[in-house]
Amino acid sequence: MWKAHAKFERHSLILLIGIVMVVSIGGLVEISPLFYLESTIEKVDGVRPYTPLEQAGRDIYVREGCYGCHSQMIRPLRDEVERYGHYSLAAESMYDHPFQWGSKRTGPDLARVGGKYSDSWHHDHLSDPRSVVPESNMPPYRFLAETDLDYRNIEARLTALKTVGVPYSKAEIANARADLETQVDAFAGEKSGLKTRYGAKVAQRDYDGDPEKLTEMDALIAYLQVLGTMVDFRTYKAEDPENLR
Amino acid sequence: MSEIKASFLPVTEKRPSLNEPVGSMTQAIARSDDAPFDAIALYIFTGLSALAALVATALTKDPSFRFHGWIMLAAFLAAFLTMSVGLGSGRFRSDSTRYADGVIRAGVIATMFWAFAGLSAGVLIASQLSWPRIFYFPDLAWLNFGRLRPLHTSAVIFAFGGNALIATSFYVVQRTCRARLAGGAWPWFVFWGYQLFIVLAATGYMAGITQSREYAEPEWYVDLWLTIVWVAYLLIFLGTIWKRKEPHIYVANWFYLAFIVTIAILHLINNAAVPIGLLESKSYSAFSGVQDALVQWWYGHNAVGFFLTAGFLGMMYYFVPKRVDRPVYSYRLSIVHFWSLIFIYIWAGPHHLHYTALPQWAQTLGMTFSIMLWMPSWGGMINGLMTLSGAWDKLRTDPVVRMMVVAIAFYGMSTFEGPLMSIREVNALSHYTDWTIGHVHSGALGWVGFISFGAIYCMVPWLWKKTGLYSDRLVEWHFWIATTGILLYIAAMWVSGIMEGLMWREYTPQGYLANSFVETVSAKHIENIIRTVGGLMYLSGALIMIYNLWRTIRMPSVVQTSPGLVASPALLAAE
Repeated sequence: MWKAHAKFERHSLILLIGIVMVVSIGGLVEISPLFYLESTIEKVDGVRPYTPLEQAGRDIYVREGCYGCHSQMIRPLRDEVERYGHYSLAAESMYDHPFQWGSKRTGPDLARVGGKYSDSWHHDHLSDPRSVVPESNMPPYRFLAETDLDYRNIEARLTALKTVGVPYSKAEIANARADLETQVDAFAGEKSGLKTRYGAKVAQRDYDGDPEKLTEMDALIAYLQVLGTMVDFRTYKAEDPENLR
Repeated sequence: MSEIKASFLPVTEKRPSLNEPVGSMTQAIARSDDAPFDAIALYIFTGLSALAALVATALTKDPSFRFHGWIMLAAFLAAFLTMSVGLGSGRFRSDSTRYADGVIRAGVIATMFWAFAGLSAGVLIASQLSWPRIFYFPDLAWLNFGRLRPLHTSAVIFAFGGNALIATSFYVVQRTCRARLAGGAWPWFVFWGYQLFIVLAATGYMAGITQSREYAEPEWYVDLWLTIVWVAYLLIFLGTIWKRKEPHIYVANWFYLAFIVTIAILHLINNAAVPIGLLESKSYSAFSGVQDALVQWWYGHNAVGFFLTAGFLGMMYYFVPKRVDRPVYSYRLSIVHFWSLIFIYIWAGPHHLHYTALPQWAQTLGMTFSIMLWMPSWGGMINGLMTLSGAWDKLRTDPVVRMMVVAIAFYGMSTFEGPLMSIREVNALSHYTDWTIGHVHSGALGWVGFISFGAIYCMVPWLWKKTGLYSDRLVEWHFWIATTGILLYIAAMWVSGIMEGLMWREYTPQGYLANSFVETVSAKHIENIIRTVGGLMYLSGALIMIYNLWRTIRMPSVVQTSPGLVASPALLAAE
């Protein structure tokens, strides 16, 4: 038996092919079913693609590497559900490219941070975390409030997201710029079409406390405030057989 | 049986052997010397790359992309000009009777440079967590923890670890095949191309160009560049094996090959993404949510398995037997170890996603294989440690051997801790806490760092033709300072990790959560400081090493009498 192994030691291509075959099995068996098993993602009402402003805020979240310290995945453990809210569903990150579940909680989980704090709290906390939480060791993000949001390519962003599977409609892509500007304008009213496209629950207001400017702070707070708020857990039946996986 | 054993010695004596076509082969190589085709091809490639970088830099509207365009343009122009001068003055001729050691010497220097950079970044971000009021600068976005953390991880894993792997693999594959590196000037392309990848990745993180996928942060065009470099690396490695004058492929090369091939597969699939434009730096992952999570952790865990384990096991299988003058302990164990390790490792990813929205069957599968992984890991540890049979005295007399043995011990410890932490119930406590950070560092500082330091301490006198290191006492100092640093680090992280895990789930008698989140942050303050001190000690050890190596290189060289392709001082054969 041991002599048979000499084939691998004498022929580099046999060794190479052997390696490729052996390392392929695990990935194929584990990962590929997730793409076709329908039970992988629950059927839940309320999860929608991010509005252009929220997506721009998410891109800032990604840019700043927030995942290094903040998870977005509440586990079904008693203390986590009581601390952060209902455990996270697969459906809630189905439009997240990339996922930001994270692996470390140097700071708290953010999967349901939306609506827990006011916009002005977020503004102050992001600008100088220790001004509101003295023991915090989070970095300061004052520059976000001073930097104009760069959304010159927002249509291209939504188009790329559509290519990878986020169901943005033609109208949503065509109106991306207008929708983004409308969402920070508390007085734009109903006529803008933002709410017809993304639903009545979409929050429409100035987020960073400075209505004159559309800053990165606006976008990031808009994203934080929508996190975990899309699914209405009063109507979600967690114990239903079809929701147990 | 004798053949089998032969493949099992890191250095085989030159034997009048078998059916080897030495003559024809050297002739073929000699012919290529007259017209360095490889160098001309590389010259054209760098020229075209410079042109492409120029066009992209000129046309893009994205300031981030332009910033990287300038870096690439500068790098390719510098390479192009250097090659113009070099080709004009007749360099780039490779002498097929000698090993290509220049690129390895460069690799050793790069390894130590990036060790310093990566460890320093680690000490800086540890200080930020300990003293946030001192080490954060509100107006310098690029010095925030979120941007420096990937800089630290990439610098130590890919820059320090990657350079150590490339340099040692080039060294090992030549010696064990008794053949000069294939590809003429292209090993230099791999070396410089890889440095360019590192610079693009590191500057990108600081400028906010990132995919925010753990250990796969570089954006799409940097990934493409790494793919080109990596394919060249694979071809050079394979090409050298094809030129070999030994019938068998030595065991270290199996591990290096598995590392190179599997990392290529992982890299390509995990980085599948759609850029928002061909001249834009931003891209979106091809996968989302739960699928993205598993693809990422399939990648992430096997970056550990194949980059930080298989590659460095290749290092162990050459440098430990070579340094202690003993053959590898067991041939059969290494066959079992090799195939079972690479088969099982690939399944272990889902243990990073326990209790998440990943379906439970996948979590259970990941946990099962993670526990099974304990056995091949310890098989490798035993094979490495028992290689010292009959030479245990060297543990006392040779600090470099001690460093490598402690590396293997840390490997054993962290590959026991890993399966333990992959058990769901343990993971419920350990996940998201500092325990994970401690676990990673016992593997990274203890195993990866020490085995690399050991290999480099071995290689430097061999490469620069010295009788030995400048100072063994300094190696002793390095060893003890760094070991103490690691112990401080991991002990602090065990304490803080388990403490915060318990505090998060602590209830008052009335049934309320006992601690707010920020109370668990402030409770870790002392442990954060101890961790910083531990990291600083490890960095100090590396600085001592850099000084020692620098003095070694400056020592007078030994006159080399032995001709080319014989592996330096002949070793004892196995009994």
